[in-house]
Amino acid sequence: MSAEQQIRNYVLENYLFTDEQAALDNNDSFLEKGILDSTGILEVIYFLEDEFQIKVEDEDMVPENLDSINRIVAYLDKKMNNHG
Amino acid sequence: MCGIAGILGFQSGLHVNKHQLEKMIGMLQHRGPDGVGYFTSNNIGLGHARLSIIDIEGGRQPIHNEDKTVWVIFNGEIFNYIELRKTLESKGHIFYTKTDTEVIVHLYEQYGEKFVKHLNGQFAIALWDDKKKRLILVRDRVGILPLFYKCEKDRLLFSSEIKAILAACAHSPKLNSDALDQILTFWSPISPETIFDDVYEVSPGELIIIDNSILKKRKYWDWEFPENDDYNQSNEDELAESLHDLLLDATRIRLRSDVPVGAYLSGGLDSSVLTSLIHNYSDAPLRTFSIGFKDKSFDESIYQRQMIEYLGATHSNVECTDTDIARDFLSTIWHTESPIIRTAPVPMGILSKLVKNENYKVVLTGEGSDEVLGGYDIFKEAKIRQFWAKNPESHWRPLLLKRLYPYLDLSKSQGLTYMKSFFGAALDNPDLSYFSHIPRWETTAKCKEFCADDIKEQLRNNAIDLFSKILPDKLKDWAPFNRAQYIEAKSLMSGYLLCSQGDRMLMKNSVEGRFPFLDHRVIEFANKMHPKLKMKVLNEKYLLKKSMKNYIPETIIKRYKQPYRAPDIPGFFSKESFQYVKELLSHQKINDYGYFSTDKVMHLIKKIERGRVISQKDNMAFISILSTQVWHYHFIENFSQNFNFNKRNSLTLLKEHVLGV
Repeated sequence: MSAEQQIRNYVLENYLFTDEQAALDNNDSFLEKGILDSTGILEVIYFLEDEFQIKVEDEDMVPENLDSINRIVAYLDKKMNNHG
Repeated sequence: MCGIAGILGFQSGLHVNKHQLEKMIGMLQHRGPDGVGYFTSNNIGLGHARLSIIDIEGGRQPIHNEDKTVWVIFNGEIFNYIELRKTLESKGHIFYTKTDTEVIVHLYEQYGEKFVKHLNGQFAIALWDDKKKRLILVRDRVGILPLFYKCEKDRLLFSSEIKAILAACAHSPKLNSDALDQILTFWSPISPETIFDDVYEVSPGELIIIDNSILKKRKYWDWEFPENDDYNQSNEDELAESLHDLLLDATRIRLRSDVPVGAYLSGGLDSSVLTSLIHNYSDAPLRTFSIGFKDKSFDESIYQRQMIEYLGATHSNVECTDTDIARDFLSTIWHTESPIIRTAPVPMGILSKLVKNENYKVVLTGEGSDEVLGGYDIFKEAKIRQFWAKNPESHWRPLLLKRLYPYLDLSKSQGLTYMKSFFGAALDNPDLSYFSHIPRWETTAKCKEFCADDIKEQLRNNAIDLFSKILPDKLKDWAPFNRAQYIEAKSLMSGYLLCSQGDRMLMKNSVEGRFPFLDHRVIEFANKMHPKLKMKVLNEKYLLKKSMKNYIPETIIKRYKQPYRAPDIPGFFSKESFQYVKELLSHQKINDYGYFSTDKVMHLIKKIERGRVISQKDNMAFISILSTQVWHYHFIENFSQNFNFNKRNSLTLLKEHVLGV
């Protein structure tokens, strides 16, 4: 499964509580749609760290990196490439 | 305390069905295990289940006046009955008991419906005036004691708990979707709504007169705050001394009882204040009770022990496990008669059981202090958000929120977007009357996302809009801090804290709670204090701490305020699984009851089983779903079995047989 699909499924199952793929667009903002609250963000970070073996640095915890499926995918890309 | 119930036929020819009245009282045995009493005459019937506390021998209700034209049933305590009785006797009234109840009938004779203004206490009263053929229902000022009613075509039913009303109804009740909307926003229905369609509560501070089938409501008391900065101008030392003296008197009159009085001890400031007052100013030996948790993040035992040693109290503690919470949840909802958002009431029921097992019937407890004297985090949060709203682009103003939410890790400069998203609600409108409560309400309202589609349709009447319409106009002239206090008192305090988590959990085990911080003299005094004396910068209950600093250890005064909470989810998914949880959360039951989306509930359960849930939102959603399912199971699915039985309640028969009443 691609990273994108993994993240999609995680967000759908855990924050939208559905398997309905159409419930979420890859560009939907988690903040604007009220999908994540302050602890939800922390859960997502734990998920990324566990699943993709990365460390999300404090300065990375910004909407630019984490506020949609596409942004997370781009962030992961950058992060994993940087670390080879 | 006690349980009361009654039936009023709207036409004088409609004789009350005594069997139904007995059935109603049969549902309230836990409130009053010490005896029952009835008065029936033509179209009125009054019933009473008694917990004997004052005048054990002579206190059987209903109580009447000299010529038996005024009858009363009463649940509660009139703490100033000794003073009231003296005054009434001097005016020629003749008493036939030593009870506090009897002052009510004579006060009514003396002052008419204004009698209630003379009472200092906690009460739910039904009074029948046989001359005027009218019924009066009245509740205490802040809603410590419950009282519900239901109007049918030709009669009115009323009682301390809704289950007694259901016992006199022919058909199973329906869920009131407006109230569900309110519970899934404010944690409780907004008075007079209840989760049962067509069943209402007498609102706190309200008196209802039923005269010829017409209900007239009169508000006799409400929380009032100064307008135009018209605060008490005395200096801090004088105010601290006055507060101390008032609290002392409020505590002293709450020790009046013919049975021994104990106290809850949480280890927090409020219960420490109460136990110190009892210890320092009363000859009564100090007997205290507390609850502890295995999960240390909820546990306050260290502070409890400090206070016990300091006071030399005889103390009993019960430890509450996750499994206890899951086990007792079913019976808890039978008593709350309402869905709940957190499990916190359950341990309060376990605590009152401890009190009962130790043969105590009465405890003093610290509820109300946070609302009256300014202790809650929500007041701090609102204060910080107000401060932030003055400069919404400031990066450091919202960082003050970290003092309330230490886990917030989003403090780097660019985290402002997150802070705004999570806590910045209404930053552009800080004058909004309910500004203080928006983050909490919006978070809680996420529970509604789990509702089934047709229920969501019914919930479109926005609970917040409806609530804001019933707030008093003058609220906007009060200080923001006072507005927050008012909203807290009218939503969570009376509807949840004193009810689901208070009276119902005490009465589950026939224990009476008494609340010195909710003495109306204390409230009226505190409401005139400047808000900065309640919360100095971010130091909560500042004046209370100042007034009591010589009576409690400094460590208690200085400790970080820990809100009372209980573990929500773990017990329901522990090894010792509970059949009812599985059954009521099954695909079929979720579908049959129809309140929630099966798809979403199943995903939530999967998420919990994976052990990843840390958010309040998911915790609240799970508990609200499970409690709504349990509520439906008790009160709708099993209505016939639980309420619509034909045999007379065996407990009632037993009491009548044993006690000869």
